[in-house]
Amino acid sequence: MSASLTDDRMAQATQLQLTWWRFCRHKLALISLGVIVTFYVIAIFADFLAITDPHATDARRSYMPPQAIQLFDADGFNPHVNGLKGVRDLKTFKMTFAPDQGRKLKVVMFAHGYEYNLFGLIPTDRHLFGIEGGQPVDGIFLLGTDQLGRDVYSRLIVATRISLFIGLAGVTLSLFLGVMLGGISGLYGGWVDTIIQRVIEVVRSIPTIPLWMGLAAALPNTWSVTQVYFAITIIISLVGWTELARVVRGRFLALREEDFVIAAELAGAGQTRIIVRHMLPSFLSHIIAAVSLALPAMIVSETSLSFLGLGLRPPAISWGILLQDAQNVQVLSGAPWLLVAAAPVILVILAFNFLGDGLRDAADPYG
Amino acid sequence: MKVLEVEGLHKSFPIRGGLLQREIGRVRAVQDVSFSIERGETLALVGESGCGKTTVSRCILRALPPTSGAIRFSPQDGTVVDLAPLSRRALRPLRRHIQMIFQDPYSSLNPRMLVGDIVAEPLAVNGVGSVEREARVRALLDLVGLPQSARTRFPHAFSGGQRQRIGIARALALDPRLVVADEPVSALDVSVQAQIINLLLDLQDRLGLSMLFVAHDLGVVRHVSDRVAVMYVGRIVEIAPTRSLYSRPRHPYTEALLAAVPKPDPELRDQAAAPRGEVADPANPPPGCAFHPRCPFAVDLCRTEVPKLRETTTGHMSACHRAEELTLTGVA
Amino acid sequence: MVESMGRHVLSVRDLAVEFGGDRGTLRALDGVSLDLHAGRVLGVVGESGCGKSVTARAILGILDRAGKVTGGQVLLDPGTSSQQDLVALDPNSQTMRGVRGGRIGLIFQEPMTALSVHYTVGNQIVEAIRAHRELSKADARNRAIELLGEVGIPRPESRVDAYPFQLSGGLRQRVGIAMALAADPQILIADEPTTALDVTTQAQVLALLRRLQRDKGIALMLITHDMGVIAQMADDVAVMYLGRIAEFSPVRDLFARPRHPYTRALLRSVPSIRAEPRDRLATIGGTVPHPGARPSGCAFHPRCPEVIAGRCDQSAPRPVPPLEAGAACFLNEGAA
Repeated sequence: MSASLTDDRMAQATQLQLTWWRFCRHKLALISLGVIVTFYVIAIFADFLAITDPHATDARRSYMPPQAIQLFDADGFNPHVNGLKGVRDLKTFKMTFAPDQGRKLKVVMFAHGYEYNLFGLIPTDRHLFGIEGGQPVDGIFLLGTDQLGRDVYSRLIVATRISLFIGLAGVTLSLFLGVMLGGISGLYGGWVDTIIQRVIEVVRSIPTIPLWMGLAAALPNTWSVTQVYFAITIIISLVGWTELARVVRGRFLALREEDFVIAAELAGAGQTRIIVRHMLPSFLSHIIAAVSLALPAMIVSETSLSFLGLGLRPPAISWGILLQDAQNVQVLSGAPWLLVAAAPVILVILAFNFLGDGLRDAADPYG
Repeated sequence: MKVLEVEGLHKSFPIRGGLLQREIGRVRAVQDVSFSIERGETLALVGESGCGKTTVSRCILRALPPTSGAIRFSPQDGTVVDLAPLSRRALRPLRRHIQMIFQDPYSSLNPRMLVGDIVAEPLAVNGVGSVEREARVRALLDLVGLPQSARTRFPHAFSGGQRQRIGIARALALDPRLVVADEPVSALDVSVQAQIINLLLDLQDRLGLSMLFVAHDLGVVRHVSDRVAVMYVGRIVEIAPTRSLYSRPRHPYTEALLAAVPKPDPELRDQAAAPRGEVADPANPPPGCAFHPRCPFAVDLCRTEVPKLRETTTGHMSACHRAEELTLTGVA
Repeated sequence: MVESMGRHVLSVRDLAVEFGGDRGTLRALDGVSLDLHAGRVLGVVGESGCGKSVTARAILGILDRAGKVTGGQVLLDPGTSSQQDLVALDPNSQTMRGVRGGRIGLIFQEPMTALSVHYTVGNQIVEAIRAHRELSKADARNRAIELLGEVGIPRPESRVDAYPFQLSGGLRQRVGIAMALAADPQILIADEPTTALDVTTQAQVLALLRRLQRDKGIALMLITHDMGVIAQMADDVAVMYLGRIAEFSPVRDLFARPRHPYTRALLRSVPSIRAEPRDRLATIGGTVPHPGARPSGCAFHPRCPEVIAGRCDQSAPRPVPPLEAGAACFLNEGAA
């Protein structure tokens, strides 16, 4: 009896539901979806989650090591961090930091901190947590500080925003280009198709790093961070659209021969109706899968460009820029925590790839 | 009254080759095909793969443009239009009168549409209002023997036979004058095939359908058709009323086809005779009668001159030089 | 029941196969027993999902990754000292590979699945010969040409260097047969060997198969959905339905006195080239159920015109005992 019930549910299930059910069986993809959603939530609430102003420099707290929050002290539950006392090593002239047991800095939730605009609109200075009072050198440095004394944790959180959204923006642009040109190519065929295909081949045959280097070098130094940001997005998507265009064109060509599309044509349906009612829904899922596989490529592109110093430039903060600080072996031996920016890159790329695989497998419940 | 009259239909496809994809030859897929279908009649087009039967049906549906010839179609009593020269735009209003039943019950239904919407689509495209549409869909589902609950389900919930019923309902939605059925039962299991054949027979009786039935299975054809046209390498070699064609074929190829069918009777074992040789290549057909290299009765004339399709007895046409003198065996 | 049978070469006993899938496991075969004898043709007939192809694949140890033999035996040379249970062997073992293609040849529905597009027909047959027999390359090539001639390919000495795509469907299937015969197997399994072919080509290939089978005394297992092919080719017939054998009969009996209601219905529903025009066919109600939704009792009972209420839907009839003609049906048990 329950069998017939589920049968009924199956029978009336839409394409979207079937895809979702299949996707849910793909455990790794499901976990990856969770990871990605978490990352985007972090990106949206970046300033709220950050503790210290990511741009604030202070020479006195250069290369501070990561600090842990202690949840308990002699009085019981009392989350705090110990203040750090910097001592200069007279032999090496390096600053070494030791916890100052006498100074406890109390960690409070929804603390006041630096000012920012929530969602870019609402001015506030509330943060998820922070410390009350304290001197300028004091703070919670969960992942330590960099050379200029900036909080690596806060910078990492804020960098997530640019790194993830540059991917999104790039993919949106590629999607537009890819669907348009791929669609035209697949729909009209003939010489239009030939020209677009040749262009795709040429674009794909250009080695990407030198192309980006050339294009990025052409960006005027005087441009603001925002302008550079957009320029980089455009540069990245100029290459990214070709893959999507191929997917779209392939689907169009395959679908044009499908019996159900011919049936619609024989019923007298016009071109627009055939595309909107029959063809688009059939490859929407393929596009979503292709996009989720294109996104990590975009993110990696931005990261590598910025790492090489060709992409975004400080004061912008992205994963690539954070990694740029970790380029030097000497720095790494003294302050290995700077390498932490590689972790979210790897995590997000893996998650997107698993998600893309899961989506692709789930996309065709009839395949 | 004739619903369809095809006259001198030719269709050739270019063979392209070389760097510039220049035309280096032509495959004459269909050559000088002429036949007609009366109102309420089912004409079967049979032959082996590559014989051109599917190309003929695609030309009639104007899914392919014919190279030359006339396809005179009567959308209503008293009017006749030649479909062959019409443009895509000019064809659109005529499309509703010729509908198609597909071979593959899986690829012919959009998996993303509800069955009710699939059956209603030809109505919606042709401006039938939603109230009328709903009533018509209900009637159509009854007609093809599907439950009303099918309307709110997706095709994936149905078996091959049921899907074929959905396809038939869609083809009948607009009350077409002519239905082209392209191997409608060849993808189905034997027991389901019988159900669909019976359904087609019922529909012919009830609606007086005119149908072009493209098939390769001579058993199926015998059940559903009034007349049969046999094709070989692009040409019709014989066309006759069903019973007459099966019992007394007038073309050696038809005889060979009938003899080659494995009969479900162990007593007839070892009688099945296979014609020698292979089906001729349509890109490079032999001169004269294309069947002559395989024909046990071939004479010199057959090797040089293409035989004309002509009436041998009333209603029975054959394209064999020796049609009148040979006594060929059919099946009882 | 059967007079003067050839040597007993293969015996399948209570074979069960399951497929693990998205919606749990499906029982594709449920206690199938079959026997092959030298010089005889066993026809296996049934509709889609009846398990006829799965049986062949299970015998050869070439099931899809999702499929698993969960019970039963496949005995090669049963009752002799060299008896071997193929189910117990690792499908990838040396012995099993020797059996596959060596002792048992396989003919596919679409020969292209067995042939590589990158090598000439001759290369592939030579490969197959040398995999099972110690022959020099030149000798193997001569043997390949001989085989191609044997399967009726005109001008074999030039066709041996052709690529599969240069051949017509009928010739490709002949090459497929030559491949299957490369190591002189005593057993041939042909899975729908003529389904993809046109009717005149089919007649040629069937005639060829029969000639080879008789001349070489091969035990042929012919899998098909076509009752016409069965009538023309088989000596004994196993009718399968949903992973079980519904009926096993000598071919003449099967057509003259079918024992199982499913066989009767199947025979009646075949369109005949002798029919009266516009004659309705007898049909079997409903459709073949999905193997995952096997009906209780006798799997055929919901579609059976002769169903005994309260019996067929409650318990399953006794399976046909091996090496005996019979039907898995309560009507038959009563008569016996």
